[in-house]
Amino acid sequence: MQHEPQLTAELFQPVADNSMETEKIVRPSISYWADVWRRLKMNKLAMVGLFLIVGLVVMAIIGPMISGYTYHGIDFKAKNLRWSAEHWFGTDTSGRDLFTRAWYGARISLFIGVMAALIDFVIGVIYGGISGFKGGRVDNIMMRIAEVLYGVPYLLMVILLMVVMGQGLWTIIIAMTLTGWIPMARLVRGQVLQLKEQEYVQAALALGASTGWILRKHIIPNTMGPILVNITLTVPTAIFAEATLSFLGLGVPAPQASWGTMANDALVSLLVGNTYQLFIPGFLISLAMFAFNVFGDGLRDALDPRMRK
Amino acid sequence: MLRFTLKRLGWALLTLWMVITLTFVLMHSIPGNPFAKEGKMPPGVFENLMRYYHLDEPLYVQYGLYLKSLLQFDFGPSIKSSTLTVNDYIREGFPVSLHLGLQALIIGVTLGIIFGVFAALYHNRYPDYLSMVLAIIGLSVPNFILATVFINYVAVEWGLLPPAQWGTWKHTILPSLALAAMPMAFTARLMRSSMLEVLSQDYVKTAKAKGIAKSMVILKHTIRNAILPIVTVLGVIATNLVTGSFVIEHIFGIPGMGEMFVKGIFNRDYPVILGSTVFYSAVLIFLTFVIDVLYTWIDPRIKVTGGE
Repeated sequence: MQHEPQLTAELFQPVADNSMETEKIVRPSISYWADVWRRLKMNKLAMVGLFLIVGLVVMAIIGPMISGYTYHGIDFKAKNLRWSAEHWFGTDTSGRDLFTRAWYGARISLFIGVMAALIDFVIGVIYGGISGFKGGRVDNIMMRIAEVLYGVPYLLMVILLMVVMGQGLWTIIIAMTLTGWIPMARLVRGQVLQLKEQEYVQAALALGASTGWILRKHIIPNTMGPILVNITLTVPTAIFAEATLSFLGLGVPAPQASWGTMANDALVSLLVGNTYQLFIPGFLISLAMFAFNVFGDGLRDALDPRMRK
Repeated sequence: MLRFTLKRLGWALLTLWMVITLTFVLMHSIPGNPFAKEGKMPPGVFENLMRYYHLDEPLYVQYGLYLKSLLQFDFGPSIKSSTLTVNDYIREGFPVSLHLGLQALIIGVTLGIIFGVFAALYHNRYPDYLSMVLAIIGLSVPNFILATVFINYVAVEWGLLPPAQWGTWKHTILPSLALAAMPMAFTARLMRSSMLEVLSQDYVKTAKAKGIAKSMVILKHTIRNAILPIVTVLGVIATNLVTGSFVIEHIFGIPGMGEMFVKGIFNRDYPVILGSTVFYSAVLIFLTFVIDVLYTWIDPRIKVTGGE
């Protein structure tokens, strides 16, 4: 006879239904962008860049209003002054207040930079998106056109267009974007070509989603990272191009002022030893380019941790 | 390889033709005539001038004439100067610009490679930080600011070098340095990341494991492989040097092609602008073509058939 084990009901205990407990996510879930931001915050140089960008934007907004001078007000009794309580950055050869002009110039320079980047973004995303998504013959033709246009030297074309179209704020922006969108289009196209083979896009296609829907909902959000980096790095390129144009006398027409035109104006005064007039716009251009460059680099590293070395 | 080269050449020529057509259309879309600034002139003189520059012909004839003259390397007349042509400008100015550009290229790329190598070898240590700070400054400070700072301090205040003009080798130092800053920064950054990548490769580890001297590993195994991508940015650098030369030659008063181009812009001398743009574009497009071919030749891993 077999021994019957003395297993009574008391020996047993219901297992606590803690499946929810073990599965519980202890840390708050981090979305992709929160994760990017977390990595970005660790990059000190990028944060300095962001801080400087915010500072420049704030000063561009309020700067021209707080000194009590206008950017175009000429005062021949106060020419070439050094910094003082009245004129915080001094005055230029026409007695215009440099503090006001510097921040008014920031408005124009930043506006040109940001607008050029945004227009490049819109055209590039549409062109590259269509090219990459359609693929085949359409893609081939569209990319050939872009390739030929890309071979055209950028600043030479911008100079030529400025000569033809005449000076003006919007002509600068148009001239810059006329060939400036191509890198963005190529970038977007490459990303789209990769993404459209992904399973979730196939699934969406199988479920009958329209092309527009797939582009808007699946492809563009997923290419946003590299696009954002490209936008950030286009801004300093545009600011630099604008400064060079202004330096060649093709900038915004007077009395408007950008950092480039200020630097150009200051050259005359450099001959008589007023270095500070060049120093102010020069420093601000460098600062803006530095800020956007390091922020863009940091953003790239944060978006793609594999890139980090 | 030959097929690839011919294909690339075809694209280069197509691009060049596009530039020529685009510049032609742009220049002829300017309202008015190029003599409007010259004041009133007798109708006969005006007609003669129009005939001399073929401006009285229909546009497609002008376009044909223009293409034909370009094929004969005739870049057209100057309207401001009755005797000089764009060809004269190129003949006088281009050697000067080429000298300046090559000097800046050599200084920039050499320094860039050195900084990049040291940055990678001392990764995340002071030489790395120093190189990258220099690179960021090179990318951030516009060349005309750099040039004026050089002139103001090195030349005027300290009197070490001549502030402007062109002549002896001393005159070339400041403009080449100002022009070399951007290429240096470019090269340094690229060289650094390329070096870091190569340093982590298995064959470098193998070489170290075999006990090869560190200097040999760096020179033979690392730098030689890491330097390849530099070839790809030479096109960007060349474009940069050309556009940089407009500004630098203007500031230093160097009688190069850049300065003539800028003067053409100031004077609105349209044929000079047109001719210079076409000439510059031709040089740059040709250079890009050479670099493309060169790169596939140096690094056969690159897909030859795709053509992109």
